[in-house]
Amino acid sequence: MSSKLTPPQAQSALDAWTRKMIAWHFSPATGCDYWLKWAKTAGWDPRKEIKCFADIAKKFPHFDDDVLRTEQPERFVPKAYAKRPYNVFETGGTTGMPKQRVGWDDYKTDYEEYSDHYGPDFFPKGNWLMVGPTGPRRLRLAVEHLANYRGDSCYFVDLDPRFVKRLIGTGEMAMARKYQEHVIDQAATILRHRKITNMFTTPRLLENLAERMSLVKAGLKGVFVGGTTMTPQYVRFVVEEVLENKINFAPTYGNTLMGLAISKKLTKADNYSLTYYAPQPRATLRIVHPDNPAELVNYGDYGRVELTTMTKEFFVPRFLERDEAIRRPPCSEFPWDGVGDVRPFQSLTKTIIEGVY
Amino acid sequence: MSAIHIPVLRLGQTYRSLDTIKFNVSGQPLEISVANSGLIRRDLQELAQSGEALRAIPCETLVGYMEKAAELYLHGHLPWGDGARLQSPDDYVAALSQLTGLPHSLGRSNMGKVHAAMSNIRAVISGLTRGMPLELFDRGFVRQNGLDVNFFAETNSLGVLLPSNSPGVNSLWLPALVMKIPVVLKPGREDPLTPFRLIQAMIAAGFPPAAFGFYPTTHDGGDTLLFGTGRAIAFGNDTTLKKYAPYRHINVHGSGRSKIVIGDDFAQDWPKHLDVIVNSIAANGGRSCINCSSVLIGKDRDKLADALARKLAAIEPLPRDHPDATLCSFANPKSAKAIDERLEEFLQVPGAVDLTAKYRNGPRLVEAHGQTFLRPTLIVCDDLNHPLANTEYGFPFASVLQVPQAQMIGQIGESLVVSAFTRDQAWSIDLMTSTNIERLNLGPYSTMRVQWEQPHEGNLFEFLYRRRALQGDLVAV
Repeated sequence: MSSKLTPPQAQSALDAWTRKMIAWHFSPATGCDYWLKWAKTAGWDPRKEIKCFADIAKKFPHFDDDVLRTEQPERFVPKAYAKRPYNVFETGGTTGMPKQRVGWDDYKTDYEEYSDHYGPDFFPKGNWLMVGPTGPRRLRLAVEHLANYRGDSCYFVDLDPRFVKRLIGTGEMAMARKYQEHVIDQAATILRHRKITNMFTTPRLLENLAERMSLVKAGLKGVFVGGTTMTPQYVRFVVEEVLENKINFAPTYGNTLMGLAISKKLTKADNYSLTYYAPQPRATLRIVHPDNPAELVNYGDYGRVELTTMTKEFFVPRFLERDEAIRRPPCSEFPWDGVGDVRPFQSLTKTIIEGVY
Repeated sequence: MSAIHIPVLRLGQTYRSLDTIKFNVSGQPLEISVANSGLIRRDLQELAQSGEALRAIPCETLVGYMEKAAELYLHGHLPWGDGARLQSPDDYVAALSQLTGLPHSLGRSNMGKVHAAMSNIRAVISGLTRGMPLELFDRGFVRQNGLDVNFFAETNSLGVLLPSNSPGVNSLWLPALVMKIPVVLKPGREDPLTPFRLIQAMIAAGFPPAAFGFYPTTHDGGDTLLFGTGRAIAFGNDTTLKKYAPYRHINVHGSGRSKIVIGDDFAQDWPKHLDVIVNSIAANGGRSCINCSSVLIGKDRDKLADALARKLAAIEPLPRDHPDATLCSFANPKSAKAIDERLEEFLQVPGAVDLTAKYRNGPRLVEAHGQTFLRPTLIVCDDLNHPLANTEYGFPFASVLQVPQAQMIGQIGESLVVSAFTRDQAWSIDLMTSTNIERLNLGPYSTMRVQWEQPHEGNLFEFLYRRRALQGDLVAV
């Protein structure tokens, strides 16, 4: 689906949205305790000094997501939402206290926009199956909302990634494999006994499931994945062999803080290299120099992914993700910068437990 | 000039991956396809067909194919990759040198070793099966000394995680094909050339392409291969050993820590055997796990060490195509630097002296002929607990220790090869009944010595096949 905006128009819209969100989060009438107190100690008033999105990079420091572990979630509740109970969504937390964010309707907005982007044919009408991390994750509610929004229902098979990471971290590979089989067993059972048309899962689970059965013969028409690094080769493998060139494939990049970045439709010229676009203006992704995160890298270069989320529910300025990606130019579907071939930050020099589910 | 592309071999199908590793070999770009782990897992589901393709061919024919493949490997012009270009033996040796640092002379000698393993396949198989006829692999059954013997394959494939340090190790998986077990190989990062050339030689000789999986891949892909095959071999270091040791189906080749132990009856005669000891330490550039990394003697430690240090220090880095080159360079200069720094750090621990330092022509770490080398290093150590006493590095490196003969077996720890210079009958029995020695040479032999009829580093036949009790007189095979 092509965007109606040109890149300059999208930039103007982002600047206007930035002013609106800064006014919201730093007004005592609507802002949350955490950011209002932060502004007092920072000694400057964002409402006066932030005039456009570029000012965020100039004025705000990088958000330290550890505060989502150490601070009570109530401190992040905007006054405007004080009377509504909130959802608590968790991220990370293999051991110890996990990071938590509060939320109300953002996930619905994100997934409705995602649904609209793909239209009715990409994910034909029918039941959904989610195989992946449910528990305290935003994703679980989001996927069910996506199905419901499209007039469908959703089955679930849970996978606890914290347990898997723990097993791998302690070298219990055999147990990790058993757990993975346990998850795949359940998913295969649902696919065999229920009419499933669309599925959300992680790339790794998708390929494991396809080792048990032909997903085409199982009746799947559309698959939406997110979670781990997908190199061009991996994408090609999934498209050609796992999905047998017959099932629609929608890779996404996202997390609890950002929401959902949609991948641009692959063309032959892409050679299976994915590019994701943040749900701008609610969230913006920049690719910055690892050693000087104030600067963007050139198009085509790898850099660290920096996220800024600005919704009425949540404000996260300049959070440096644990990922790196190639800075890609705007495209007809998304008139703003994209992030290509995402992989864990410094994955070429560090050992990283990734792709566990 | 377009790049040479070494593809993934998917049990009979060549496949170009979009993920590649790129090298430059004398100005010629070389690309290696990298397989993702899911692709490997999918292929492993097709192994039954690979086994059928091998089982359809009589073992005697397979032996003939292997003998023919030996000549093709040594002398033939074989596919470089998935294109039409052919690789001569000289091309192979030169490229191998560029990628691994092995000088041409050692590349050729390794070719000779692998060729010998292939052309002596009958002796190798006979050694592994202890003389059982080849029809065992056709019928699963032979009558030997009036006894019916039935063996069956315990696996549908042999997975191998290969190293890059020495092409000679490829000889270990070759007999599996004659035993009708398909192979699934992950080449070492710097040496995809050797297994690919071997596979091309074997296919050209008649082996079915479906019998070969060749998957340059990541660590994750390597794990997939090890856990997706019924029997697997992994080469690596102590970390590899620790990681895979709990799994019975994986045979791990970690550090060798091979040694020479000189008995009291030979202690006076060590000058006569100096060249054997130097060969044990420095042959094949000191890269093999069967290279000697410690020499133990009951007396005259310092005299022996001094004589060895003089000989080892005389080994100089030479250009890669020099006919006398015996020292390997490091494909990754950072590795050489890291080893050198580690050695210097450990030399600060009291009780060890680098005797070669005073005899060699310059520092240990040296840039020469456009390459990075570590010169041979001999350390005299006061006791086996010193961090340099019982360890090994990928270049000619050894320690010399003075240990009473009676304490040697108890102190050497796990050792892949021990050459025991002795005729002492009682001590020989102790050595033969010890549980920490994988291969034992009795007499003044190099640790590098290989006898084809003597299985070493585990018995591949016993690893792949299992004997079943067979009774009754109605065997109809």
